Amino acid sequence: MDRLGEWLLFYLVFPGAIFTVALGLAMSWLDRKVSALVQWRRGPSPSQPFWDVVKLLGKEVVVPEPSWAAGFLAFPFVAFAAATLAATLTWHAALGLPGGAVGDLVVVVYLLSIPSLAVILGGAASGNPLGAVGSSRDMKLVLGYELPLMIALLVAVFQRRTVDGQEVSAGTLSLAGLVGFQDAAGAVLHRPSGVLALLVALVCCLAKLGWVPFDQAEADTEIAEGALIEYSGAPLALFKLTQAVLLAALPVLLVTVFWGGVEATAAGIAAFAAKVALVLVLLVLAKNTNPRVRIDQALRFFWGPVTGLAVVALGLARMGL
Amino acid sequence: MAATSIFARALKRSPWVFHVGTSGCNNCDIEIADCLTPRFDVERFGVRLVGSPRHADVLLVSGPVSLACRRPLQEAWLEMPRPRAALLVGVCACSMGGYRDAYGVAGPADKVIREVDPDAKFIYVPGCPPKPETIVAGLVRLLGEM
Repeated sequence: MDRLGEWLLFYLVFPGAIFTVALGLAMSWLDRKVSALVQWRRGPSPSQPFWDVVKLLGKEVVVPEPSWAAGFLAFPFVAFAAATLAATLTWHAALGLPGGAVGDLVVVVYLLSIPSLAVILGGAASGNPLGAVGSSRDMKLVLGYELPLMIALLVAVFQRRTVDGQEVSAGTLSLAGLVGFQDAAGAVLHRPSGVLALLVALVCCLAKLGWVPFDQAEADTEIAEGALIEYSGAPLALFKLTQAVLLAALPVLLVTVFWGGVEATAAGIAAFAAKVALVLVLLVLAKNTNPRVRIDQALRFFWGPVTGLAVVALGLARMGL
Repeated sequence: MAATSIFARALKRSPWVFHVGTSGCNNCDIEIADCLTPRFDVERFGVRLVGSPRHADVLLVSGPVSLACRRPLQEAWLEMPRPRAALLVGVCACSMGGYRDAYGVAGPADKVIREVDPDAKFIYVPGCPPKPETIVAGLVRLLGEM
Protein backbone atom coordinates (compact mmCIF):
# COMPACT_ATOMS: atom_id res chain seq x y z
CA MET A 1 0.00 0.00 0.00
CA ASP A 2 2.87 2.36 0.82
CA ARG A 3 4.44 1.69 -2.54
CA LEU A 4 1.14 2.44 -4.26
CA GLY A 5 0.93 5.83 -2.55
CA GLU A 6 4.53 6.56 -3.45
CA TRP A 7 3.95 5.68 -7.12
CA LEU A 8 0.75 7.70 -7.28
CA LEU A 9 2.74 10.64 -5.97
CA PHE A 10 5.44 10.00 -8.60
CA TYR A 11 2.85 9.67 -11.37
CA LEU A 12 0.53 12.55 -10.47
CA VAL A 13 2.79 15.20 -8.95
CA PHE A 14 6.54 14.82 -9.27
CA PRO A 15 8.06 13.89 -11.68
CA GLY A 16 4.77 12.91 -13.37
CA ALA A 17 1.71 14.82 -14.49
CA ILE A 18 1.92 18.21 -12.78
CA PHE A 19 5.68 18.67 -13.02
CA THR A 20 5.95 17.34 -16.57
CA VAL A 21 3.02 19.40 -17.83
CA ALA A 22 4.49 22.57 -16.31
CA LEU A 23 7.89 21.76 -17.78
CA GLY A 24 6.36 20.81 -21.13
CA LEU A 25 4.45 24.08 -21.36
CA ALA A 26 7.69 25.94 -20.63
CA MET A 27 9.39 23.86 -23.35
CA SER A 28 6.67 24.63 -25.88
CA TRP A 29 7.13 28.32 -25.09
CA LEU A 30 10.85 27.86 -25.75
CA ASP A 31 9.97 26.21 -29.06
CA ARG A 32 7.74 29.10 -30.14
CA LYS A 33 10.16 31.74 -28.86
CA VAL A 34 13.16 30.25 -30.67
CA SER A 35 11.07 29.84 -33.84
CA ALA A 36 10.08 33.51 -33.57
CA LEU A 37 13.68 34.61 -33.06
CA VAL A 38 14.76 32.62 -36.12
CA GLN A 39 12.20 34.64 -38.12
CA TRP A 40 13.24 37.95 -36.50
CA ARG A 41 9.98 38.20 -34.56
CA ARG A 42 9.37 38.91 -30.88
CA GLY A 43 7.29 35.78 -30.24
CA PRO A 44 4.70 35.06 -27.55
CA SER A 45 5.03 35.70 -23.82
CA PRO A 46 6.13 32.84 -21.52
CA SER A 47 2.57 32.31 -20.26
CA GLN A 48 1.19 31.80 -23.80
CA PRO A 49 1.02 27.95 -23.86
CA PHE A 50 -0.74 28.02 -20.47
CA TRP A 51 -3.41 30.44 -21.73
CA ASP A 52 -3.87 28.38 -24.90
CA VAL A 53 -4.67 25.28 -22.86
CA VAL A 54 -6.96 27.13 -20.41
CA LYS A 55 -8.83 28.67 -23.33
CA LEU A 56 -9.31 25.28 -25.02
CA LEU A 57 -10.63 23.84 -21.73
CA GLY A 58 -13.28 26.59 -21.65
CA LYS A 59 -14.48 26.05 -25.22
CA GLU A 60 -17.46 24.05 -26.40
CA VAL A 61 -16.73 20.38 -27.18
CA VAL A 62 -18.14 19.47 -30.58
CA VAL A 63 -18.65 15.77 -31.30
CA PRO A 64 -19.23 15.33 -35.05
CA GLU A 65 -22.27 13.29 -36.06
CA PRO A 66 -20.53 10.58 -38.13
CA SER A 67 -17.92 9.93 -35.44
CA TRP A 68 -17.60 7.07 -32.94
CA ALA A 69 -18.21 9.37 -29.97
CA ALA A 70 -16.85 7.14 -27.15
CA GLY A 71 -13.55 6.50 -28.91
CA PHE A 72 -13.31 10.06 -30.20
CA LEU A 73 -13.48 11.37 -26.62
CA ALA A 74 -11.46 8.58 -24.94
CA PHE A 75 -8.32 8.59 -27.11
CA PRO A 76 -7.04 12.01 -25.93
CA PHE A 77 -7.04 10.65 -22.35
CA VAL A 78 -5.17 7.51 -23.46
CA ALA A 79 -2.57 9.66 -25.21
CA PHE A 80 -2.08 11.92 -22.21
CA ALA A 81 -1.92 9.09 -19.67
CA ALA A 82 0.64 7.11 -21.68
CA ALA A 83 2.86 10.11 -22.39
CA THR A 84 2.80 11.07 -18.71
CA LEU A 85 3.70 7.52 -17.65
CA ALA A 86 6.62 7.46 -20.09
CA ALA A 87 7.81 10.82 -18.77
CA THR A 88 7.50 9.59 -15.17
CA LEU A 89 9.60 6.46 -15.86
CA THR A 90 12.25 8.49 -17.68
CA TRP A 91 12.52 11.09 -14.94
CA HIS A 92 12.51 8.35 -12.30
CA ALA A 93 15.66 6.87 -13.81
CA ALA A 94 17.29 10.20 -14.65
CA LEU A 95 16.89 11.49 -11.10
CA GLY A 96 17.67 8.13 -9.46
CA LEU A 97 14.50 8.33 -7.34
CA PRO A 98 13.79 5.64 -4.72
CA GLY A 99 11.63 2.64 -5.57
CA GLY A 100 14.22 0.57 -7.37
CA ALA A 101 14.89 0.21 -11.06
CA VAL A 102 11.50 0.10 -12.72
CA GLY A 103 10.64 0.24 -16.36
CA ASP A 104 13.22 -0.35 -19.02
CA LEU A 105 13.97 1.24 -22.36
CA VAL A 106 11.54 -0.98 -24.25
CA VAL A 107 8.66 -0.04 -21.94
CA VAL A 108 9.38 3.68 -22.37
CA VAL A 109 9.65 3.41 -26.17
CA TYR A 110 6.41 1.41 -26.18
CA LEU A 111 4.62 3.99 -24.01
CA LEU A 112 5.94 6.81 -26.18
CA SER A 113 4.35 5.26 -29.26
CA ILE A 114 0.89 5.11 -27.62
CA PRO A 115 0.21 8.87 -28.09
CA SER A 116 0.80 8.43 -31.83
CA LEU A 117 -1.57 5.44 -31.86
CA ALA A 118 -4.16 7.48 -29.96
CA VAL A 119 -3.91 10.29 -32.52
CA ILE A 120 -4.26 7.73 -35.33
CA LEU A 121 -7.34 6.12 -33.72
CA GLY A 122 -8.82 9.50 -32.77
CA GLY A 123 -8.46 10.74 -36.34
CA ALA A 124 -10.04 7.56 -37.65
CA ALA A 125 -12.88 7.79 -35.10
CA SER A 126 -13.68 11.38 -36.07
CA GLY A 127 -15.34 10.22 -39.28
CA ASN A 128 -13.68 12.99 -41.27
CA PRO A 129 -11.98 12.02 -44.57
CA LEU A 130 -9.08 14.41 -43.95
CA GLY A 131 -8.75 12.94 -40.45
CA ALA A 132 -8.48 9.50 -42.05
CA VAL A 133 -5.77 10.75 -44.42
CA GLY A 134 -3.88 12.22 -41.46
CA SER A 135 -4.24 8.93 -39.55
CA SER A 136 -2.92 6.85 -42.43
CA ARG A 137 0.06 9.18 -42.87
CA ASP A 138 0.81 9.07 -39.15
CA MET A 139 0.67 5.29 -39.26
CA LYS A 140 3.26 5.17 -42.07
CA LEU A 141 5.44 7.61 -40.16
CA VAL A 142 5.32 5.44 -37.01
CA LEU A 143 6.35 2.42 -39.09
CA GLY A 144 9.20 4.51 -40.46
CA TYR A 145 10.81 5.94 -37.35
CA GLU A 146 10.30 3.26 -34.67
CA LEU A 147 12.94 0.91 -36.10
CA PRO A 148 15.86 3.39 -36.36
CA LEU A 149 14.91 4.92 -32.99
CA MET A 150 15.12 1.54 -31.26
CA ILE A 151 18.43 0.66 -32.96
CA ALA A 152 19.87 4.05 -31.97
CA LEU A 153 18.82 3.56 -28.35
CA LEU A 154 20.38 0.08 -28.36
CA VAL A 155 23.75 1.70 -29.09
CA ALA A 156 23.75 2.86 -25.46
CA VAL A 157 23.10 -0.72 -24.35
CA PHE A 158 25.78 -2.41 -26.45
CA GLN A 159 28.54 0.22 -26.59
CA ARG A 160 31.88 -1.34 -25.49
CA ARG A 161 33.96 0.74 -23.11
CA THR A 162 37.24 0.18 -21.33
CA VAL A 163 37.02 0.65 -17.57
CA ASP A 164 40.15 -0.11 -15.48
CA GLY A 165 41.65 -2.08 -18.38
CA GLN A 166 38.53 -4.24 -18.79
CA GLU A 167 36.15 -4.30 -21.75
CA VAL A 168 32.59 -3.72 -20.50
CA SER A 169 29.24 -2.67 -21.91
CA ALA A 170 26.05 -1.65 -20.14
CA GLY A 171 24.31 -4.82 -21.31
CA THR A 172 21.06 -3.86 -19.62
CA LEU A 173 17.80 -2.45 -20.92
CA SER A 174 16.98 -0.81 -17.59
CA LEU A 175 17.13 2.97 -17.73
CA ALA A 176 18.55 3.17 -14.21
CA GLY A 177 21.20 0.62 -15.26
CA LEU A 178 22.17 2.77 -18.24
CA VAL A 179 22.47 5.83 -16.01
CA GLY A 180 24.60 3.88 -13.53
CA PHE A 181 26.86 2.51 -16.30
CA GLN A 182 27.45 6.01 -17.67
CA ASP A 183 28.31 7.25 -14.19
CA ALA A 184 31.05 4.63 -14.06
CA ALA A 185 32.32 4.55 -17.65
CA GLY A 186 31.49 8.03 -18.99
CA ALA A 187 28.69 9.21 -21.27
CA VAL A 188 27.76 7.22 -24.38
CA LEU A 189 28.03 10.48 -26.30
CA HIS A 190 31.78 10.68 -25.68
CA ARG A 191 32.32 8.14 -28.47
CA PRO A 192 31.65 8.56 -32.23
CA SER A 193 29.01 5.82 -32.16
CA GLY A 194 27.15 7.72 -29.45
CA VAL A 195 27.17 10.93 -31.52
CA LEU A 196 25.81 9.08 -34.58
CA ALA A 197 23.13 7.39 -32.48
CA LEU A 198 22.04 10.69 -30.95
CA LEU A 199 21.80 12.19 -34.44
CA VAL A 200 19.52 9.34 -35.57
CA ALA A 201 17.43 9.63 -32.41
CA LEU A 202 17.05 13.41 -32.93
CA VAL A 203 15.69 12.87 -36.44
CA CYS A 204 13.27 10.24 -35.10
CA CYS A 205 12.16 12.65 -32.36
CA LEU A 206 11.31 15.28 -34.98
CA ALA A 207 8.95 12.73 -36.52
CA LYS A 208 7.59 11.65 -33.13
CA LEU A 209 6.73 15.26 -32.28
CA GLY A 210 5.13 15.69 -35.70
CA TRP A 211 7.38 18.60 -36.53
CA VAL A 212 8.50 19.86 -39.94
CA PRO A 213 9.97 18.16 -42.04
CA PHE A 214 7.89 15.23 -40.77
CA ASP A 215 4.53 16.90 -40.09
CA GLN A 216 2.73 15.16 -42.96
CA ALA A 217 0.13 13.84 -40.50
CA GLU A 218 -0.90 17.36 -39.45
CA ALA A 219 0.02 19.32 -42.60
CA ASP A 220 -2.33 22.23 -41.93
CA THR A 221 -1.89 23.67 -45.42
CA GLU A 222 -3.09 20.55 -47.24
CA ILE A 223 -5.17 18.37 -44.91
CA ALA A 224 -6.10 20.97 -42.26
CA GLU A 225 -4.39 19.47 -39.15
CA GLY A 226 -5.12 15.92 -40.31
CA ALA A 227 -6.11 13.59 -37.50
CA LEU A 228 -6.87 16.49 -35.13
CA ILE A 229 -9.18 18.23 -37.61
CA GLU A 230 -12.47 17.53 -35.78
CA TYR A 231 -11.17 18.00 -32.24
CA SER A 232 -12.24 21.08 -30.28
CA GLY A 233 -12.29 22.24 -26.67
CA ALA A 234 -11.10 19.95 -23.88
CA PRO A 235 -10.08 16.90 -26.01
CA LEU A 236 -7.95 19.18 -28.19
CA ALA A 237 -6.47 20.68 -25.02
CA LEU A 238 -5.52 17.15 -23.91
CA PHE A 239 -3.77 16.49 -27.22
CA LYS A 240 -1.93 19.81 -26.84
CA LEU A 241 -0.92 18.79 -23.31
CA THR A 242 0.23 15.40 -24.62
CA GLN A 243 2.39 17.23 -27.13
CA ALA A 244 3.80 19.35 -24.28
CA VAL A 245 4.53 16.23 -22.19
CA LEU A 246 6.31 14.61 -25.15
CA LEU A 247 8.29 17.81 -25.56
CA ALA A 248 9.44 17.39 -21.98
CA ALA A 249 9.90 13.60 -22.15
CA LEU A 250 11.77 13.06 -25.44
CA PRO A 251 14.77 15.40 -24.89
CA VAL A 252 15.04 14.09 -21.32
CA LEU A 253 15.03 10.49 -22.59
CA LEU A 254 17.74 11.25 -25.15
CA VAL A 255 19.92 13.07 -22.63
CA THR A 256 19.43 10.30 -20.05
CA VAL A 257 20.30 7.50 -22.46
CA PHE A 258 23.20 9.18 -24.28
CA TRP A 259 24.52 11.80 -21.87
CA GLY A 260 23.91 10.46 -18.35
CA GLY A 261 21.45 11.24 -15.57
CA VAL A 262 21.14 14.09 -13.12
CA GLU A 263 23.78 14.53 -10.44
CA ALA A 264 22.24 15.57 -7.14
CA THR A 265 24.11 18.87 -6.93
CA ALA A 266 23.15 22.36 -8.08
CA ALA A 267 25.80 22.20 -10.81
CA GLY A 268 24.58 18.74 -11.88
CA ILE A 269 20.98 19.90 -12.17
CA ALA A 270 22.02 23.01 -14.10
CA ALA A 271 24.15 20.90 -16.45
CA PHE A 272 21.26 18.49 -17.08
CA ALA A 273 18.87 21.38 -17.75
CA ALA A 274 21.37 22.91 -20.18
CA LYS A 275 21.75 19.58 -22.01
CA VAL A 276 17.97 19.14 -22.33
CA ALA A 277 17.59 22.74 -23.55
CA LEU A 278 20.38 22.20 -26.08
CA VAL A 279 18.69 19.08 -27.48
CA LEU A 280 15.38 20.96 -27.70
CA VAL A 281 16.93 23.97 -29.44
CA LEU A 282 18.61 21.62 -31.97
CA LEU A 283 15.18 20.10 -32.71
CA VAL A 284 13.57 23.55 -33.04
CA LEU A 285 16.30 24.77 -35.41
CA ALA A 286 15.91 21.65 -37.56
CA LYS A 287 12.17 22.29 -37.63
CA ASN A 288 12.62 25.91 -38.71
CA THR A 289 15.14 25.33 -41.47
CA ASN A 290 13.43 22.50 -43.36
CA PRO A 291 10.42 22.21 -45.66
CA ARG A 292 7.86 19.43 -45.32
CA VAL A 293 8.70 16.34 -47.36
CA ARG A 294 6.16 14.00 -48.94
CA ILE A 295 5.12 10.96 -46.90
CA ASP A 296 6.78 8.50 -49.33
CA GLN A 297 10.00 10.53 -49.21
CA ALA A 298 9.86 10.49 -45.40
CA LEU A 299 9.36 6.72 -45.31
CA ARG A 300 12.20 6.12 -47.78
CA PHE A 301 14.40 8.47 -45.74
CA PHE A 302 13.74 6.61 -42.48
CA TRP A 303 14.08 3.09 -43.87
CA GLY A 304 17.12 4.05 -45.96
CA PRO A 305 19.76 6.49 -44.69
CA VAL A 306 18.47 6.82 -41.12
CA THR A 307 18.24 3.09 -40.43
CA GLY A 308 21.58 2.61 -42.22
CA LEU A 309 23.23 5.22 -40.02
CA ALA A 310 21.73 3.60 -36.91
CA VAL A 311 23.14 0.20 -37.93
CA VAL A 312 26.55 1.77 -38.59
CA ALA A 313 26.44 3.39 -35.14
CA LEU A 314 25.59 0.01 -33.58
CA GLY A 315 28.51 -1.64 -35.41
CA LEU A 316 30.93 1.08 -34.28
CA ALA A 317 29.64 0.71 -30.72
CA ARG A 318 30.43 -3.04 -30.76
CA MET A 319 33.94 -2.24 -32.03
CA GLY A 320 34.48 0.01 -29.03
CA LEU A 321 34.39 3.26 -30.95
CA MET B 1 -17.98 33.02 -11.69
CA ALA B 2 -14.25 32.75 -11.09
CA ALA B 3 -14.05 29.89 -13.57
CA THR B 4 -15.91 31.87 -16.21
CA SER B 5 -13.62 34.83 -15.78
CA ILE B 6 -10.41 32.81 -16.15
CA PHE B 7 -11.75 31.27 -19.39
CA ALA B 8 -12.74 34.73 -20.61
CA ARG B 9 -9.27 36.01 -19.80
CA ALA B 10 -7.67 33.05 -21.57
CA LEU B 11 -9.81 33.71 -24.64
CA LYS B 12 -8.41 37.23 -24.87
CA ARG B 13 -4.87 35.96 -24.46
CA SER B 14 -5.07 33.29 -27.14
CA PRO B 15 -7.42 33.98 -30.05
CA TRP B 16 -6.95 31.40 -32.78
CA VAL B 17 -8.02 32.57 -36.20
CA PHE B 18 -9.43 30.62 -39.12
CA HIS B 19 -9.24 32.51 -42.40
CA VAL B 20 -11.96 32.16 -45.04
CA GLY B 21 -11.40 33.90 -48.37
CA THR B 22 -14.83 34.32 -49.95
CA SER B 23 -13.73 35.12 -53.51
CA GLY B 24 -11.96 38.39 -52.74
CA CYS B 25 -9.28 39.92 -54.95
CA ASN B 26 -6.41 38.69 -52.69
CA ASN B 27 -5.47 42.23 -51.69
CA CYS B 28 -6.80 41.86 -48.13
CA ASP B 29 -5.21 38.40 -47.85
CA ILE B 30 -1.80 39.94 -48.47
CA GLU B 31 -2.39 42.50 -45.72
CA ILE B 32 -3.57 39.72 -43.37
CA ALA B 33 -0.36 37.81 -44.03
CA ASP B 34 1.50 41.04 -43.18
CA CYS B 35 0.12 40.87 -39.64
CA LEU B 36 2.17 37.69 -39.07
CA THR B 37 5.46 39.19 -40.30
CA PRO B 38 8.22 40.47 -37.98
CA ARG B 39 7.00 44.06 -38.25
CA PHE B 40 3.57 43.40 -36.71
CA ASP B 41 3.99 39.87 -35.29
CA VAL B 42 0.49 39.25 -33.89
CA GLU B 43 1.77 36.03 -32.26
CA ARG B 44 2.93 38.39 -29.49
CA PHE B 45 -0.75 38.55 -28.48
CA GLY B 46 -1.23 34.80 -28.84
CA VAL B 47 -2.89 35.01 -32.25
CA ARG B 48 -2.39 31.92 -34.38
CA LEU B 49 -3.73 30.98 -37.79
CA VAL B 50 -5.19 27.47 -37.49
CA GLY B 51 -6.05 24.99 -40.21
CA SER B 52 -9.45 23.82 -39.01
CA PRO B 53 -12.52 25.87 -37.94
CA ARG B 54 -12.93 23.44 -35.01
CA HIS B 55 -9.78 24.90 -33.44
CA ALA B 56 -10.70 28.53 -34.06
CA ASP B 57 -12.16 31.30 -31.91
CA VAL B 58 -12.31 33.98 -34.60
CA LEU B 59 -13.50 33.57 -38.17
CA LEU B 60 -11.65 36.00 -40.40
CA VAL B 61 -13.56 36.74 -43.63
CA SER B 62 -12.19 38.64 -46.59
CA GLY B 63 -13.89 39.37 -49.90
CA PRO B 64 -17.51 39.71 -51.10
CA VAL B 65 -19.43 36.47 -50.53
CA SER B 66 -20.11 34.98 -53.94
CA LEU B 67 -23.06 32.64 -54.47
CA ALA B 68 -20.68 29.68 -54.60
CA CYS B 69 -19.05 30.64 -51.26
CA ARG B 70 -22.31 31.18 -49.35
CA ARG B 71 -22.77 27.62 -48.04
CA PRO B 72 -19.07 26.99 -47.27
CA LEU B 73 -18.90 30.23 -45.26
CA GLN B 74 -22.03 29.32 -43.29
CA GLU B 75 -20.71 25.81 -42.64
CA ALA B 76 -17.34 27.12 -41.48
CA TRP B 77 -19.17 29.38 -39.02
CA LEU B 78 -21.39 26.57 -37.71
CA GLU B 79 -18.37 24.27 -37.27
CA MET B 80 -16.65 26.68 -34.87
CA PRO B 81 -17.09 25.84 -31.19
CA ARG B 82 -18.61 28.54 -28.99
CA PRO B 83 -17.66 31.23 -27.92
CA ARG B 84 -16.95 32.53 -31.41
CA ALA B 85 -16.86 35.79 -33.34
CA ALA B 86 -16.18 37.01 -36.85
CA LEU B 87 -13.73 39.63 -38.06
CA LEU B 88 -14.74 41.03 -41.44
CA VAL B 89 -11.65 42.41 -43.16
CA GLY B 90 -11.96 44.81 -46.08
CA VAL B 91 -14.81 46.83 -47.44
CA CYS B 92 -16.12 43.91 -49.56
CA ALA B 93 -16.68 41.66 -46.56
CA CYS B 94 -18.18 44.54 -44.55
CA SER B 95 -20.57 46.01 -47.09
CA MET B 96 -19.78 44.62 -50.56
CA GLY B 97 -17.87 47.72 -51.74
CA GLY B 98 -17.74 47.77 -55.52
CA TYR B 99 -19.67 44.51 -55.76
CA ARG B 100 -22.85 46.03 -54.32
CA ASP B 101 -25.83 45.00 -56.50
CA ALA B 102 -23.62 42.75 -58.64
CA TYR B 103 -25.32 39.63 -60.02
CA GLY B 104 -23.01 36.90 -58.69
CA VAL B 105 -22.89 37.75 -55.00
CA ALA B 106 -24.95 36.54 -52.04
CA GLY B 107 -24.49 39.62 -49.86
CA PRO B 108 -22.02 40.91 -47.29
CA ALA B 109 -20.55 38.32 -44.94
CA ASP B 110 -22.50 39.48 -41.87
CA LYS B 111 -25.82 39.02 -43.68
CA VAL B 112 -24.81 35.56 -44.93
CA ILE B 113 -23.71 34.39 -41.48
CA ARG B 114 -26.82 35.85 -39.78
CA GLU B 115 -28.94 33.64 -42.05
CA VAL B 116 -27.76 30.65 -39.99
CA ASP B 117 -26.90 32.32 -36.66
CA PRO B 118 -28.78 35.55 -35.85
CA ASP B 119 -26.73 36.11 -32.67
CA ALA B 120 -23.33 36.11 -34.36
CA LYS B 121 -20.87 38.80 -33.26
CA PHE B 122 -19.03 40.89 -35.85
CA ILE B 123 -16.28 43.44 -35.99
CA TYR B 124 -15.90 45.40 -39.20
CA VAL B 125 -12.47 46.43 -40.49
CA PRO B 126 -13.11 48.62 -43.53
CA GLY B 127 -10.48 49.60 -46.08
CA CYS B 128 -9.44 48.54 -49.56
CA PRO B 129 -7.29 46.93 -48.33
CA PRO B 130 -7.16 47.82 -44.61
CA LYS B 131 -3.68 48.46 -43.21
CA PRO B 132 -2.25 45.76 -40.94
CA GLU B 133 -2.48 48.29 -38.07
CA THR B 134 -6.23 48.55 -38.69
CA ILE B 135 -6.63 44.78 -38.72
CA VAL B 136 -4.74 44.50 -35.42
CA ALA B 137 -6.86 47.31 -33.95
CA GLY B 138 -10.02 45.51 -35.07
CA LEU B 139 -8.81 42.27 -33.49
CA VAL B 140 -8.08 44.06 -30.23
CA ARG B 141 -11.60 45.54 -30.19
CA LEU B 142 -13.09 42.15 -30.96
CA LEU B 143 -11.24 40.58 -28.00
CA GLY B 144 -12.47 43.40 -25.77
CA GLU B 145 -16.07 42.56 -26.65
CA MET B 146 -15.84 38.74 -26.54
